[in-house]
Amino acid sequence: MIITVASGKGGTGKTTIVTNLALALARKMPVQVLDCDVEEPNAHLFLHPEFQEEEEVTLPVPEVDSNKCDGCGKCSEACAFHALAVAGGRVITFPEMCHGCGGCALVCPQGAITEKPHRIGVVARGQAGRIAFAHGMIDVGHPLAPPVIKAVKKRAAGEGLTLIDAPPGTSCPVVAAVKDSDFCLLVTEPTPFGLNDLKLAVGMVRELGVPFAVVINRSSLGDQRVERYCRQERIPVLLKIPFDKRYAATYARGKCLVEEYPDWVAAFVGLWQEIERLVSQHARVAGN
Amino acid sequence: MQELLVISGKGGTGKTSLVAALAALAEDKVLADCDVDAADLHLLLRPEVESVNEFYGSSKAVINADLCTRCGRCREVCRYQAITDGAPARALSGSGQSPSSGSRQSTPVFQVDPIACEGCGVCAHTCPAGAITMKSNLAGYWYISATPYGPLVHAQLGLAEDNSGKLVTQVRQEARRLAEENNAWLIITDGPPGIGCPVISSLTGVTLALVVTEPTVAGWHDLERVVKLADHFKVPVAVCINKYDLAPEKSREIEAYCYEQGLAVAGKIPFDVDVARALVNAVPLTACSRGIAATAVEALWDSLQVQLVKAFNSK
Ligand code: SF4
Ligand code: SF4
Repeated sequence: MIITVASGKGGTGKTTIVTNLALALARKMPVQVLDCDVEEPNAHLFLHPEFQEEEEVTLPVPEVDSNKCDGCGKCSEACAFHALAVAGGRVITFPEMCHGCGGCALVCPQGAITEKPHRIGVVARGQAGRIAFAHGMIDVGHPLAPPVIKAVKKRAAGEGLTLIDAPPGTSCPVVAAVKDSDFCLLVTEPTPFGLNDLKLAVGMVRELGVPFAVVINRSSLGDQRVERYCRQERIPVLLKIPFDKRYAATYARGKCLVEEYPDWVAAFVGLWQEIERLVSQHARVAGN
Repeated sequence: MQELLVISGKGGTGKTSLVAALAALAEDKVLADCDVDAADLHLLLRPEVESVNEFYGSSKAVINADLCTRCGRCREVCRYQAITDGAPARALSGSGQSPSSGSRQSTPVFQVDPIACEGCGVCAHTCPAGAITMKSNLAGYWYISATPYGPLVHAQLGLAEDNSGKLVTQVRQEARRLAEENNAWLIITDGPPGIGCPVISSLTGVTLALVVTEPTVAGWHDLERVVKLADHFKVPVAVCINKYDLAPEKSREIEAYCYEQGLAVAGKIPFDVDVARALVNAVPLTACSRGIAATAVEALWDSLQVQLVKAFNSK
């Protein structure tokens, strides 16, 4: 089963939920954590995996053979992302802009364009105790996250539970992470920001047709509006974690709640059981 | 004209609350919310929208079912698996877009999944039947609003849209135009989280980037990445440690790191329930509290003004 943990916005405690859930369940079943927050992957700071292999993520970018190129400019006309320009009869390429679509090579009448891999980030894989771990990281200054996210998701194993830490927001990188999940947990805070971002995130998962529920973090620092909204929208709230200075300090040191406060293990196991129930309910309603 | 960009590497560090608090302190400025993916600043500044403007993102492929011979060439060349043969593509009906190519007939037609389509146009170039056109796509809106603290340019990107970088550029352009019109000396920009394309679009050419961080291992990690990014674009950086007293040791470590890197720590803000209270009541902290956090923000603002002048003169 694949569970994605998302939130309209960063900093709501997505990583906290992913890491604690993983640690609480790893004693019972095979668990894998995929950190798809490829701009700022943080889960490894809490799970401390030993990395065994690292693989570059590349996009195919054009390479122009200047002996064959006659400077006609068809390639730069065809490129929707302005990654090629013709100046003084020569083609200049901007690999950071390239989306790797292959269009320029297709349209070049001289067959002057071949493609070579251009690195945009890495995927690292390892083991954190019983937890299989992988994360992606885009190279600083390179704007394209979705291909790196897809490369991380390729590491999803079939058996057991796969937990995906999604990037924040509701735009293309998140969709790339949430797509094809069996369930999505939305983490929020009981503030006007939390509510605003939650509504956006709910819109997104609903459109993707993935069953979902809400976890409220720092539940004691705010008001009732998030819960009221969830009630009105019939969205189950599966867990609330109150604000506690001791928890904040635990997090600050890179430690997990279930490690320092074993009482929380049961709460996270309960969260998982609720998710299982909701997933099978959803499958029944969907008719399979 | 100067531009102060507030960023954080990651969301949730209190960036937007801080921008609102600074907005209530600074004079003669224009405000911009470049977190177009999940804009929140308007929740604290209570804007009255004066103009609503459409934003068109990249184009999406649309297949004309009457011309399509179902040869399948487009699916072969598309590298994003955006062409499906028959099964109705799942279309997002989220705000501001309706590329409903889905003329659902009984015979299967080739269709474009608008979420997967990156708008490269390769299919349109190669379709032998000329059945594919590229249509520009209403991807969101941007607004100019009046607030009690000055004019605000903000935006909202439609769900599951890309091109937030382009929309950020649009917001910044408008903010600059407004600042010139109003003779404002400063633009305060609430930046997007992360280090991806929207942040890159908001960083280029700003006077000073204020990075808000928290005293946690994750906060530090994010700080390092965003500082690297700012460095890459040669933008001077000042740092603010929020809730520094929740983990004083970590705060000291971060300060030491900043010192080594030659980064000014422009302020340290203590944890204060007034911040949560201000948020819940939807008012800027400095407009409703005289508490320890509000006082620290005032000190931060004093120090930022000095940093801005320094950065501006060394340009
Ligand atoms: S591969 Fe596509 S995006 Fe890259 S340069 Fe060629 S046409 Fe442009
Ligand atoms: S290439 Fe053109 S004719 Fe062939 S399947 Fe695609 S749209 Fe239809």
